[in-house]
Amino acid sequence: MKILVCISNVPDTTTKITFTDNNTQFNTNGVQFILNPYDEIALSRAIELTDGGKGTVTVINVGEVSTEATIRKALAIGATDAVRINAKPHDAWYVAYQVAQYAKVNSFDLILTGRESIDYNGSKVAGMLGELLDIPSVSIIKKLDAADNEATVEREIEGGKEILTIPFPFVAGTAEGVAEPKIPNMRGIMSARTKPLVVVEPVEVKTFSEIISYETPAPRGQVTLVAADDVAKLVNLLHAEARVI
Amino acid sequence: MSVLIYAENAGGTFKKSVFEAVSYAKAIADQNNTDLVAISIGDVDAAGLASLGKYGAKKVLNVSGDKLKNFINQAYASIIAEAAKKEGADVVVLSNTFSGRGLAPRLGVKLEAGVADGAVALPEQNDGKFRVKKTAFSGKAFAVVELTSANKVIALIPNSYKVVETGGIAQVEDFAAATKQSDFKAIIKEIVRAADKVSLPDAEIVVSAGRGLKGPENWGMIEELANLLGAATACSKPVSDAGWRPHSEHVGQTGIAVSPNLYIAIGISGAIQHLAGISSSKVIVVINKDPEAPFFKVADYGIVGDAFEVVPQLIATVKEYKASA
Repeated sequence: MKILVCISNVPDTTTKITFTDNNTQFNTNGVQFILNPYDEIALSRAIELTDGGKGTVTVINVGEVSTEATIRKALAIGATDAVRINAKPHDAWYVAYQVAQYAKVNSFDLILTGRESIDYNGSKVAGMLGELLDIPSVSIIKKLDAADNEATVEREIEGGKEILTIPFPFVAGTAEGVAEPKIPNMRGIMSARTKPLVVVEPVEVKTFSEIISYETPAPRGQVTLVAADDVAKLVNLLHAEARVI
Repeated sequence: MSVLIYAENAGGTFKKSVFEAVSYAKAIADQNNTDLVAISIGDVDAAGLASLGKYGAKKVLNVSGDKLKNFINQAYASIIAEAAKKEGADVVVLSNTFSGRGLAPRLGVKLEAGVADGAVALPEQNDGKFRVKKTAFSGKAFAVVELTSANKVIALIPNSYKVVETGGIAQVEDFAAATKQSDFKAIIKEIVRAADKVSLPDAEIVVSAGRGLKGPENWGMIEELANLLGAATACSKPVSDAGWRPHSEHVGQTGIAVSPNLYIAIGISGAIQHLAGISSSKVIVVINKDPEAPFFKVADYGIVGDAFEVVPQLIATVKEYKASA
């Protein structure tokens, strides 16, 4: 099986988010970038599915040269090879279009993305890729098992789950539960240095969206503390003051 | 031109998040001095369909059929895109639900539309610009996105826009859209829905607990409190990682982001990743025995105390309150 895993380079989860240039630019100063945690899950499942010579896992990233440390981490975790599309990812449409061009030429049985990236939380690339390649896409899956010609997936829905079968090829956005993230071992880290990382120039594509500015949530007022033995007061406050119960 | 709202149903019923999205879409239609058309796919009865008129839909397109009983995003996207073209809709609104998030990107490609998902406010439209505020960095910030395409797709986060009844009557008409055989490659084998459980992403109240609960055997009181309040249950990442609760209950930066009216955090210290997922909650209550827990810094109300003493008291008080209400 030939699997393509789309990976993003995102700020570490502990990052305090701030902006510069009159709140028009994300402040990358001092920010450590990591492999998007959901993509790590996708990659880990891809490696499990191809374990023991049952296939290959290619990771693809749309990003500038600075993302190569993240790509090398994916190789250290166990990807077979990597592709970097040499461009700043403008928006989900731009990313999906670039990846689709690559996937059209190098056909894959399965394309995995994380359910979303933790920076812009779009969860759009999987669906856009599905549409651009005219194949099924399924978002927010919690389980993925592969047979010869099709996979069985568990998709999260409000208040429950759905179990679907989907013939290859298709695109899936993976969430927690699909696999435990793998930690690179020393052998993986050493071999990652020599694994192929191909750089591809982007194709031209129009974009449909642009981030104009950022805001941080308004600070909350001070907490009103209620004594532990006066729970009735809390219930009264929630009813009479906050009006939420 | 018009605005099209996709009214998603769960087992034939519209949820509150749909009425929010219809109200939101109606406000966009009013901004543009145009009409709002709704589309429903699946098994919703006539009264349910007509009810969308109350929130501003002038017309409801009804698509039904055995093959369309359950959500298949490829097929649904084809139908909605066709309806948008037929109605000349340049703005398509849907709910930012699990299904909506599978649908919006496919619609974006079909309609060559910019997609603003995670929308939390009405678009600002000035000088031909169309700007939508959306969540970013998992709730740690908002981004204002300008959609530069002629068509636009917006996915609205549940609980971020109020339901507005305008009191109109919708004309319901059947809509037969063409779908391709290849739209149905994914086959739904089984749907498991916990009927008595409140769905977490669109819950109005969430009762969430963390490692302070010490073990999965102590979740009974969390569930009891949630049941009393009509709330969904949730948990922190360490709890789902430990297998005490399912991953589907994990709220936070790498879990589900929620925006309820009331978020009650019990025995959760408030790591930055957890706070990211709950920051748009309207009211936050924190119960923790550590007065230095970072969660108190973002809470509206707090109790410094042991969950095993406070929660049973809370259950008893809410029971009394419910009985007297």
